[in-house]
Amino acid sequence: MKSHVSRRSMIGRAGAALAGLLAAPVARTVRAAVAKGLVSSGAPRGYDPTQHKWVMAIDVNRCIGCGLCVEACKRENHVPSGPYYRTWVERYIITKPEPGTDGARGETLVDSPDGGMHGFGQPAVGAEKIQHSFFAPKLCNLCQHSPCVQACPVGATFDAPDGAVLIDPKYCIGCGFCIQACPYGCRFLSPATHTAEKCSLCYHRITRGLKPACVEVCPTQARVFGDLKNSGAEDPIRQFYQNNRVQALKPHLGTDPRVFYAGIDKEVR
Amino acid sequence: MTNEITNLVVEAMPHFEGYVYPNEATRQPLWGVLIVLYPYITGLVAGAFIMASLVRVFKVKALEPVYRLSMLTAFAFLLCAPLPLLCHLGHPERCLEVMMTPHLTSPMAVFGFIYAWYLMAVLLLELWFDYRQDFVQWSQNTSGFRGILYRAFTLGVTDESKEAVGLDLKVGWIISIVGIPSAFLLHGYVGFIFGSIKANPWWGNALMPIIFILSAMVSGIALCVFNYMTLTWIRRHSPDIRCLDAMGMFLFYALVIDAAVEGLDWIQRIYSAEEGFQLLRQLATEKLFYTLNLGQALLGTAMPLVLLGTLQVLRRRIPELARKRMYFASAALILVGVLAMRWNVVIGGQLFSKSLRGFMSHKMDFAGMEGWFMGAVLLALPFIVLTVLVKLFLAERLPEGRGVPYQHEPEL
Repeated sequence: MKSHVSRRSMIGRAGAALAGLLAAPVARTVRAAVAKGLVSSGAPRGYDPTQHKWVMAIDVNRCIGCGLCVEACKRENHVPSGPYYRTWVERYIITKPEPGTDGARGETLVDSPDGGMHGFGQPAVGAEKIQHSFFAPKLCNLCQHSPCVQACPVGATFDAPDGAVLIDPKYCIGCGFCIQACPYGCRFLSPATHTAEKCSLCYHRITRGLKPACVEVCPTQARVFGDLKNSGAEDPIRQFYQNNRVQALKPHLGTDPRVFYAGIDKEVR
Repeated sequence: MTNEITNLVVEAMPHFEGYVYPNEATRQPLWGVLIVLYPYITGLVAGAFIMASLVRVFKVKALEPVYRLSMLTAFAFLLCAPLPLLCHLGHPERCLEVMMTPHLTSPMAVFGFIYAWYLMAVLLLELWFDYRQDFVQWSQNTSGFRGILYRAFTLGVTDESKEAVGLDLKVGWIISIVGIPSAFLLHGYVGFIFGSIKANPWWGNALMPIIFILSAMVSGIALCVFNYMTLTWIRRHSPDIRCLDAMGMFLFYALVIDAAVEGLDWIQRIYSAEEGFQLLRQLATEKLFYTLNLGQALLGTAMPLVLLGTLQVLRRRIPELARKRMYFASAALILVGVLAMRWNVVIGGQLFSKSLRGFMSHKMDFAGMEGWFMGAVLLALPFIVLTVLVKLFLAERLPEGRGVPYQHEPEL
């Protein structure tokens, strides 16, 4: 007699195979959750991220646009040459209104040649036509509601408990979704590693008691760095908040940046 | 911005106008033609499946001749849908992490699951229940490699009793019912990948998933018309004009709704004129002039609307041959138009800086992963897979299968 495999048993077997397949991701997720605690972030052994809250602030009034911070960042973090920057400086020139017009201001001209790494040349307009000009250093805004972290499909980019937003390069699949999701243009796909990269606040330095490279070299203390969990009233970061009215970039997007700017203009975004 | 700073920046970086963030000043956009093809192919899958559901669930008898072709089309294109994504990844070898350790707040992470669900729980299962009885018969009538293949496809279930066939139909019907929302989910989710990016005013839009679903339906039905007419032409048969009329009608109504919602999107954008609107207007009228105004609006929407609309009103007065040509032209135009729409969304969203102060340019290379050649290969691949599937499962020399999934449908 010819034997038939019944549909019932066939479906049963297929169901068991499907259950097996579905169990694999659960097991892997648990394993990854454990591994996350051991993620390689560049921090030294013994560093406890829950005991710190790192933050940076920018005093635009102090920045002279020398670009040393950009160069220091590139060297310190081996940022690929070309249009790839973890930090950069923008120059804003707001011209006077044209004679005969009733505007309060003229045009807003922005540039950042080579990310401002080699400083800035003569402005394209004469000094007599300029109403205001200033430099705005840019870096990862350390958002509290980071669109990049939200968008990453594998959790390779994550909020560290100490306030840094980090990327695990061994986990990033290089899809570029986080780069599209960042409203501030702070991320890039490294041509060397084919993974996303961004400012990590020089995590390998700050976890060893050093300042980020850009802060270290800034000749005017335009970049203020500190640890909110371990700072007294006299600390520069506390003084910064005490003495300035501050703004964040693109507040309407609801990303809640933790990098605050003092002395900024509405044109900066 | 036609001012001095523009000239300055253009001199330094000839591909850019105005100010763009330094990280945006790359030679090519981050997402190129591969990411254009990915929503295009996925949309064709969803649309072709919905087309097949019209027969199975909504029992549109006139569409019976294209039922199986639509299902095979959906299957062939779904098999190829993840390829562009995979080729685009910086680390394709890590792709399975999306399913193994998904980050569930990411719309992209959900893709793996929806794709797997759609492929394994909807399309493969439905096709199997559809074809099972045929596999049993074909395996008995066909010898050689094909016979072995058909025997393997029966998965050992060779029961041809009335009850067994009835159960096939019943389960197939249930899967189809589940499949319709799944098809909407599959492509609505693709729209959400773009719609969820609030950093980009061209993308971040609540209507994006709906526009993607509607354009998917339009493109999928158009693909079925295209494939059906091409197949009958290759086989020297005459296409069933009743079937074409029915497909044309559904295509017309789907296109009307799609065009209306896309128009609504533009009215909303123009009226609210939010931050960056001037930039988007320049994008639409200058940077994307050919692909948006000519490709998507004129060729892909207005002309098919006129052709199909005319056919709806004057169907009986137009000779059959002319009707066939008009259906074929409409389908081909829509396929081009929807491809242009995907291009406008994906590439358009990367032609301006998120600083909202300048534009990037994009010139496609011929070679390379994001080049013309690779794009053409990936676009041709599903058609090649479909040809194989048609040879195996819709061949002329196979004994006539049931082909119609509901005639003997049991009472549920």
